[in-house]
Amino acid sequence: MFDFVSFIPRAVAQSIPLLLGSTGETLTEKSGNLNLGIPGVMYVGAISGVIGAFMYEQSVSSAEAMNGVLAIGIPLCASLLGSLLMGLLYCFLTVTLRANQNVTGLALTTFGVGFGNFFGGSLIKLTGSEVPSIALSATSAYFSRALPFANDLGWFGKIFLSYGFLAYTAIIIAFVTAYILRHTRVGLQLRAVGESPNTADAAGINVNRYKYAATCTGSMIAGLGGLYYVMDYACGVWSNDAFGDRGWLAIALVIFTIWRPNVGVLASILFGGLYILYLFIPTGTNLAVKELYKMLPYVVTLIVLVATSMRNKREDQPPASLGLAYFREER
Amino acid sequence: MNKQNQGPLVHIVKRGALPWYCAWGIRAAAIVLALLACALVTTLLTGENPIQIYATMIAGAFGTTRKIWILLQNIAILLCISLALTPAFKMRFWNIGGEGQVLIGGLATAACMICLGDKLPNWLLICTMVAASIAAGAIWALIPAFCKAKWNTNETLFTLMMNYVATQLVAFFVILWEVPKGAGKIGIINQATEAGWLPQIGSYKYLLNVLVVAVLTILMYVYLNYSKHGYEIAVVGESERTARYVGIKVEKVIIRTMLVSGAVCGIAGLLLVGGTDHTITTTIAGGRGFTAVMVSWLAKFNPIFMIFTSFLLVFLDRGASEISTVFGLNQSFADILTGIILFFIIGCEFFISYKICFRKSARKEGKANV
Amino acid sequence: MDNKIAAVKMRNITKTFGSVVANDKVWLDIYRGEILALLGENGSGKTTLMNMLSGIYFPDEGEISIDGKEVIIRSPKDAYDLGIGMVHQHFKLVDVLTATENIVLGLKEKGKLDLKAAAKKIKDICDQYGFEVDPNQKIYDMSVSQKQTVEIIKVLYRGADILILDEPTAVLTPQETDKLFAVLRNMRDDGKAIVIITHKMHEVEELSDRVAILRHGQFIGDMPTKSTNAQEMTNMMVGHSVTLNIERPEPVDPKPRIEVKNLTVRSIDGVLKLDDVSFTANSGEILGIAGISGCGQKELLEAIAGLQPVESGSICYVEDNGEREELLGKDPLRIAEMGVSLSFVPEDRLGMGLVGNMDLADNMMLRSFRRGHSFFTDRKSPKKLAETVVRELEVNTPGISTQVRKLSGGNVQKVLVGREISSAPTVLLTAYAVRGLDINSSYTIYDLINRQKAAGVAVIYVGEDLDVLLELADRILVLCGGKVSGIVEGRSAQKRDVGMMMTRLGGNKADE
Repeated sequence: MFDFVSFIPRAVAQSIPLLLGSTGETLTEKSGNLNLGIPGVMYVGAISGVIGAFMYEQSVSSAEAMNGVLAIGIPLCASLLGSLLMGLLYCFLTVTLRANQNVTGLALTTFGVGFGNFFGGSLIKLTGSEVPSIALSATSAYFSRALPFANDLGWFGKIFLSYGFLAYTAIIIAFVTAYILRHTRVGLQLRAVGESPNTADAAGINVNRYKYAATCTGSMIAGLGGLYYVMDYACGVWSNDAFGDRGWLAIALVIFTIWRPNVGVLASILFGGLYILYLFIPTGTNLAVKELYKMLPYVVTLIVLVATSMRNKREDQPPASLGLAYFREER
Repeated sequence: MNKQNQGPLVHIVKRGALPWYCAWGIRAAAIVLALLACALVTTLLTGENPIQIYATMIAGAFGTTRKIWILLQNIAILLCISLALTPAFKMRFWNIGGEGQVLIGGLATAACMICLGDKLPNWLLICTMVAASIAAGAIWALIPAFCKAKWNTNETLFTLMMNYVATQLVAFFVILWEVPKGAGKIGIINQATEAGWLPQIGSYKYLLNVLVVAVLTILMYVYLNYSKHGYEIAVVGESERTARYVGIKVEKVIIRTMLVSGAVCGIAGLLLVGGTDHTITTTIAGGRGFTAVMVSWLAKFNPIFMIFTSFLLVFLDRGASEISTVFGLNQSFADILTGIILFFIIGCEFFISYKICFRKSARKEGKANV
Repeated sequence: MDNKIAAVKMRNITKTFGSVVANDKVWLDIYRGEILALLGENGSGKTTLMNMLSGIYFPDEGEISIDGKEVIIRSPKDAYDLGIGMVHQHFKLVDVLTATENIVLGLKEKGKLDLKAAAKKIKDICDQYGFEVDPNQKIYDMSVSQKQTVEIIKVLYRGADILILDEPTAVLTPQETDKLFAVLRNMRDDGKAIVIITHKMHEVEELSDRVAILRHGQFIGDMPTKSTNAQEMTNMMVGHSVTLNIERPEPVDPKPRIEVKNLTVRSIDGVLKLDDVSFTANSGEILGIAGISGCGQKELLEAIAGLQPVESGSICYVEDNGEREELLGKDPLRIAEMGVSLSFVPEDRLGMGLVGNMDLADNMMLRSFRRGHSFFTDRKSPKKLAETVVRELEVNTPGISTQVRKLSGGNVQKVLVGREISSAPTVLLTAYAVRGLDINSSYTIYDLINRQKAAGVAVIYVGEDLDVLLELADRILVLCGGKVSGIVEGRSAQKRDVGMMMTRLGGNKADE
């Protein structure tokens, strides 16, 4: 019998970084910026949080002396700041300097992953630990604290209440983003910027400001995904390259959800489930097949990508100006 | 006119064409600035003397004959992948699936070496490997190309996803073929017989790769600039409607160009697996599929310029890894430096195509009018 | 009029793009309660000037004042705040949004986004002026004139009282044009200042109170429309007087060349674009195609050129010896391989006929690069051809290695037509060959077309200016809603009748 009660919480835990990453990227793409630097941004978000937490843990005498608000607040702010700077860098290059978005994004990923691993490595060296990782279990305990009653309500508690606050925040952020995009003036104007910056500009919308705001906010949301991964999912253990290719998977999720963050809530759980399905499939001794299962999220995304392009419904297409720089006086 | 011009403080104007030396001057200035910024970052992060760091970088890249050969080998492979991506980019087809196409090419090579290693004479085996790797890379590129041609599926996202499908496919076969069982890796293939190892020219392990890529560079340059195919690629890239109007079958060009693109990626996989590594892992492309995008773009899609841009990026990488061993820094430091330099080069393109006009101060303008 | 305060004063406005001076120290006054026609040839800087007023461009030099107060217009938002609204020639609408969403876009209203209230306000504006638009319709579902309506409502919704319209009638039917003019007159009587950019003389005379003329980016003068006439305005526009006569030699030995029978074409969304169209185009003759824009002209030419999938019917090419070949279902390449030399000057010159980013020589290769069995392209003959075209058609360009997009509209068209006739065609299709061209360039093009006709080419000329069609074409086929409304003799036809046929099938006869 397939063990849903243990599968779903793990799928959800796996899904949260993807959800945050894809919500951030959706917001970014709605402004017409295809930020392929998201994997790098998520690395920076994670390592900034780790640095913040590390500093704080070092500055207090023991785990008991830690203040809950600071233990959460410092890494959170550090993480947000780190990913905000990455977002600003991307915007400065692509919006202000109108550089090619694909190239800038890839460079940002190179930089971000390098940044994460460099500081991760340096911190590991600072702690002088035997294993190549840093454990911030005290901070992590604050991040991964489940809701009350999670353990008392049997399967219900396990499936719905057993996650840290960032997981619930992620879901709220996704719904709020979806609402803003769909039903508010800001959302309407942002969509216009992504679809047709010329039009938005002529309508008196400050295109560059919207691009900056959406991309930076998107980066910060994505950065939280990195923070969640290291503080909650990985129980505060940072090891280099452990975050893996989740950033790219988050970009895949954007396509899979056809640019709808609210769909992303369930879709990310599906992705998370597919990502760890190999752990739950009885493959016996054949380890190789497990590698094929890991392919599933990408294959499913490809199918969705092809299917939406075949249906060719206007609402399901990527924002029309995605990937293009905007210059008002272009002739 | 005695009223002051109250325009915004700064506004940006598109330039006419800059003479080539100005454009390259700006780029050179950007690289110098980037190196200064890197020096600053290095000093801040590590406390080392930046000049010493750069000296170490140069030593790391050119220090010994062996290091120069490694440098050349890395340039060759990166250049090969960049050459592969370039026709697609010229067609405005954002093939960021180089990584996957190289992997699949490598996988096909490895498959030939493993499965046919003791069944075929060596020359036939190598021919099979060449054919298989080219075909595999081409097929991997064909899938997104077909969907793009048929349904206009977004190729950036498609090729990106294909990378991970390829990675997992390689992971699958690595476990299938692992030696010994449970090791999780294949190890050197045919170590005893050297079956399917590409021939070594003299005593130079990497010379063959370098020569193959040199020939490819020239071929690609000629293909893009002087062939009918190259002209069709340029027209399709500039305007699909014009292409249709003059009877170019856009779908056919997309598919044909991507076949070329994938095939050359397949060759890169062949060179990696058959020529130097003699094994396959999921990381054999090592992110070069992405770096190649930057190489190609920085060189303005010109195969000859790409020699320099790939040299620059490989030099940085090799130099920085030398820093990390000498100064006990983390290997990832190279990525940070590469990132910084790329940001500067990417950013400087702006100053080549645009001019910034500052508002003239009222006094100055008044004088000018007197 | 002298005692009125100008709503807008533009003084010494200069704007350059790279090395091109689009506006050179332009002075312009715009008054309330007045319709100003901004007249000038294409490329004379009308749109650039107005774009600076609406905040799209920022002037390099000069001042703008509104109601006597000097202002700085940095962005379209600034312009809106000053009550300036512009309806652009290329609509600034977001396709995937609804009419309402497009209209409220960019408004800084307080509170929640209330699309229902906005839709109601839009309905009110529609009722007031007699527009018809569904506020909840998506833009990509709309026709061109519906989109323009949305654009105008957008400006009105913002309460603009200085209204700029950039060639608003280019996409409208005569009825729609009349409606628009009525609305504009109402608005003028309301005390709004209205500017319409145009190069159609009859619109200036019919609608405007005052006319201002630009030439080569310079302000030539302005005057009340009543105190001037078409000849004077043309002189000011062109700089020297031009004869308005177009030559029309008698056709030499006309023989059927293209026979179109029962041609029916549907667009991708299933809209009937051509309905049972039949006609014959003869060699040595110019067949004019008249019709309101969007009545199937584009589809007709593209179907003949092999670019448009066809539902039913046939298109036959008749050789000199009477052999017939079916063109239908063949792409341009196949048609060329059959030995049919067919040239096509499409409406969209830089988007279809030429590659803007390539130089003249490379553009010359577009048609001919396949020639020969070599894997490589022949670079020498296109260069020669480019030089010949530049020399013979007096293309104004720094050289043959200049990118085509850097040339002005007239020169671009000369390059395109030059290439198309260089292959010694037997059939020449032209769509709006003189649209946007100044008078001199237009005459060069008429002359080129006439020379082709003399050489025995079957010319199909799609035009929008009836006067030109009536003077140039031997026969005129009138399209109305994708159907053939009638075919008339160019020499004897009356403009009035053709106009009627454009709006109603068969002209007056349909009424009886």
